Amino acid sequence: MSPSASVHSAVEPAETPLTPESWGKLGMWIFLAGDAVGFGVLLASYGGMRATSADWPSPYAVLGINLTAAMTFLLICSSVTMVKALEWLGKGDRSKCRMFLFFTALGGAIFVSCQAYEWSKLIHEGLHINGNPWGASLFGTSFFLVTGFHGLHVTGGVIYLVSMIRYVTNRPAPAASYNAVEITGLYWHFVDLVWIMVFTFMYLI
Amino acid sequence: MAGAEHKHPNYMAIFWYLAILTVIEIAVIYAPLNKTTIVVLLCALALGKAVLVAMYFMHLRFETGTLGLVAITPLMIATLLVFLLLPDGFAVAKRTVGVKAAVSAPAKH
Repeated sequence: MSPSASVHSAVEPAETPLTPESWGKLGMWIFLAGDAVGFGVLLASYGGMRATSADWPSPYAVLGINLTAAMTFLLICSSVTMVKALEWLGKGDRSKCRMFLFFTALGGAIFVSCQAYEWSKLIHEGLHINGNPWGASLFGTSFFLVTGFHGLHVTGGVIYLVSMIRYVTNRPAPAASYNAVEITGLYWHFVDLVWIMVFTFMYLI
Repeated sequence: MAGAEHKHPNYMAIFWYLAILTVIEIAVIYAPLNKTTIVVLLCALALGKAVLVAMYFMHLRFETGTLGLVAITPLMIATLLVFLLLPDGFAVAKRTVGVKAAVSAPAKH
């Protein structure tokens, strides 16, 4: 066995039964499952507190849903640009892939900016982490905790996407970066999926 | 293998399903229905959207069934947790309401 072959086998010793084409994909899925438990616990405890509170404010009346509905739509659009990036890379077009990765990152950056604007507006209206003028103080606590946790994920995703543009640029063969871009997509779609849940539970219900 | 590709689903169709479901969600909160019906409808719609994203955007439909188990476990844990928390929450709420009633009752006399 040549030295390079032994190094390769040390990196990927065998096929994984869950995701036969990539260990990295399995790693990302396991990370996402763990992260989903984190979000699940936050949302479940929110549900528990909300259901048993006598003076929980009506979220869509206090928070307003026009901006957040637009943000939801933006995140869905960014998921589409993400799958388009992977699709173009699969067809061997790296420049189109980079362009769609950039649009995805841009969508994420606009989302976080909208969230920053929404937070500052609500803080000025009196919504604080330890109290608010409309009712249960835990309303503000849970709102900032859950949307903040999600916002951090989006921020991390934007950094991840920008670094992937560089990753694709540095690898002339499109097949060399396909797997890594697919894994990035998993993370980004997960962030979108979580927002679907957050939007429903924190804003609409 | 890096070059292994999935059969690509019709992503634009999924996008339109997600957009339409979002519009329905917003319509539901203004619909003249009772609160329980609205909550059940919104939960079902959110779950439907989440399933679309996981199945098609995250390609779960084209993965092995065991990976599906990895993906569904957090949802089961979170759902279970809601039911674990509710009895405790209701007990606290009942006690708090009792205290509030006791405090406010003498003031009315």
